[in-house]
Amino acid sequence: MLEPILETNDLAIGYSARRRPPRLVAESITLRLWPGELVCLLGPNGAGKSTLLRTLAGMQSPLHGGVRVAGADPYRLPPRELARLLGVVLTDRVEVGALSVRALAALGRYPYTDWTGRLTPQDETVIDRALAAVGIAAFASRPVNELSDGERQKVMIARALAQEPKLLLLDEPTAFLDLPRRVELMGILRRLARESGRAVLLSTHDLDLALRGADQLWLFQPGGSIRVGAPEELVLDGAFQAAFHGDGVVFDPHAGAFKFHHPPVGQVDLVGHDLPTLWTRRALEREGFVVNGHDGPRSAVQVEVLNQQCGQTLWRVRHVETWQDFPTLSQAMSGVKACLSLPMTE
Amino acid sequence: MDAALPPTGTEVKLRSEGWRLAVLAGLVLALVGAFLLNLALGSVRIPLSDVAAVLTGGEASKASWAYIVLEFRLPKALTAVLAGAALAVSGLQMQTLFRNPLADPYILGINAGASLGVALVVLATGAATGFLSNVGLLGDLSLIAAAIAGAGLVTGLVIVAARWLRHAMTLLILGLMLGYATGAVVSILIYFSVPEQIQAYISWTFGSFGGVTGRQLAILAPVIGGGLLLAGLLTKPLNALLLGEAYARSMGVNVRRVRFWLIAGTSVLAGAVTAFCGPIAFLGVAIPHLCRALLRTSDHRVLAPATMLMGGLAALLADLVAGVPGSRSVLPLNAVTALLGAPVVVWIVLRRDGPRSDFAT
Repeated sequence: MLEPILETNDLAIGYSARRRPPRLVAESITLRLWPGELVCLLGPNGAGKSTLLRTLAGMQSPLHGGVRVAGADPYRLPPRELARLLGVVLTDRVEVGALSVRALAALGRYPYTDWTGRLTPQDETVIDRALAAVGIAAFASRPVNELSDGERQKVMIARALAQEPKLLLLDEPTAFLDLPRRVELMGILRRLARESGRAVLLSTHDLDLALRGADQLWLFQPGGSIRVGAPEELVLDGAFQAAFHGDGVVFDPHAGAFKFHHPPVGQVDLVGHDLPTLWTRRALEREGFVVNGHDGPRSAVQVEVLNQQCGQTLWRVRHVETWQDFPTLSQAMSGVKACLSLPMTE
Repeated sequence: MDAALPPTGTEVKLRSEGWRLAVLAGLVLALVGAFLLNLALGSVRIPLSDVAAVLTGGEASKASWAYIVLEFRLPKALTAVLAGAALAVSGLQMQTLFRNPLADPYILGINAGASLGVALVVLATGAATGFLSNVGLLGDLSLIAAAIAGAGLVTGLVIVAARWLRHAMTLLILGLMLGYATGAVVSILIYFSVPEQIQAYISWTFGSFGGVTGRQLAILAPVIGGGLLLAGLLTKPLNALLLGEAYARSMGVNVRRVRFWLIAGTSVLAGAVTAFCGPIAFLGVAIPHLCRALLRTSDHRVLAPATMLMGGLAALLADLVAGVPGSRSVLPLNAVTALLGAPVVVWIVLRRDGPRSDFAT
């Protein structure tokens, strides 16, 4: 019978201060995190993602209810014991001065070494494995302060792995990274969860990555409750749209992404099938047009994406009885706006 | 998996450890050399062979030399080593704890607190007649207790503030304000004191390793020895604190306890030194940076012994310069440490990476 690595029962999180009523962030949180699972914690800014992570990590007391990490109460465990169950990677970018990658990762052995911090051969093996797991074994002797943000984040994860925790908590680990590094990091975390049987919980603003990479989503709902489900379920039943509802942006369940929400400026028919057509659609939607496909209702303006023999793309914009060809997408966009007498951006 | 085999842990360690051992060995040798020079040089120059003879229990060429070496220069040199080591290592601890490259006991107001304690004892009780050298054992203990209490009070305030305030800069301003406040109280005490007491207090603020007798050293040495030992025991959690308190806690550090012992150790070290030698500036802030630059590491297991050795060495050299060998005059020790220390701090600020890279910004 599989035991959950993390479980909360009727947990309420928030901040209590003396002589003031406690500030409740979220309540009735009942969650289970299983071995080998990667879970993304999502929610708008200020919803309480960091508060929940801090509470789960034993850094902050819950207002009500309890947390169990591998069956133990994180608030009662001695720090050393807890550090063997739970590794944490925080948002803050850390300057550590003149430490090598290896020396920084070796700090993760803290709960296992004696008072001098001396590393046994077994500790060295664990550190080597942790560095290899995030793909930075080749940097081991480099000073940390010469690394890029992405590499640095990997070192911090390797350090958490060196603690050999059952549960890895990461607070927005992708925040400072460019898109390729984010995808890469997500891949690493997925592999860590799958191969080692650890549970990985990360908070993120990267909805697209979370939708594609997570086994489960924990989604902060307006009003301080948390919806749990597979990413696709939450999109289909509208929980996603509800959680991130706000002025100016809408979640498009077809694209699985957020879009700017403009009042529509006009209708355009789009004809074509290939990649240029897809990006032409995006360009039109960005400008606030409602784009109809072939079978949609006929609009006054039609854009046809033509592939010529020589491999060049041509945009043909028809308006009522006239048509004009444009060699570039931006010129075509200007052409469409001219047809509808819209103000030009240039 | 990897095309080129990454260096194993042992290889990486060996490469840098050779250099670090060489630096530490060099520091030990330099410390011994500077120690012997301090015994040999001064207003009277004593040949090293005679110094060696006196130290090994033999006869010097002149009877007075044995007296000078054993009764005056030996306690002074030992005090310099202890005080230098104490200030440098507490500077290191404070810089890591507060994650601030400018932190040292002096800047956080701990020495100001100790000064207030001493001023209360010297100026308010009139214990100053023949200051320090003539007060009895009870006087020694009350001075050391006053300095430690003053230092402890200020450190306590700083650490309470450090728990509430997020920004290190606020903390430095707080330390500065505590320094002003204690300075103001000292001014009031001075205003109501007689000139002899003021003279005694002022000369105490110049700083000196020479006022400590062998008997006082018997108190100072175990106190500082204990503080240095504690600093050695705290190197492992200090390394974890390089990542900040939240990370340190997540890696199993009992942050509250470690913070308490760091603060306690630092106040005892800084307080004891300040009580017997006066408020000695610059060693605390400059030596840790010098050691980090020289050893190219932030590992406290290396830095703690290195700062102790380097601190002792710097104090010996400063004392040597302050003594102006071959002349009868003696410069204020604080003037010398500042004159030697200021260029070091300037160099650190102008260094390519700068101290910014040593701590979170």
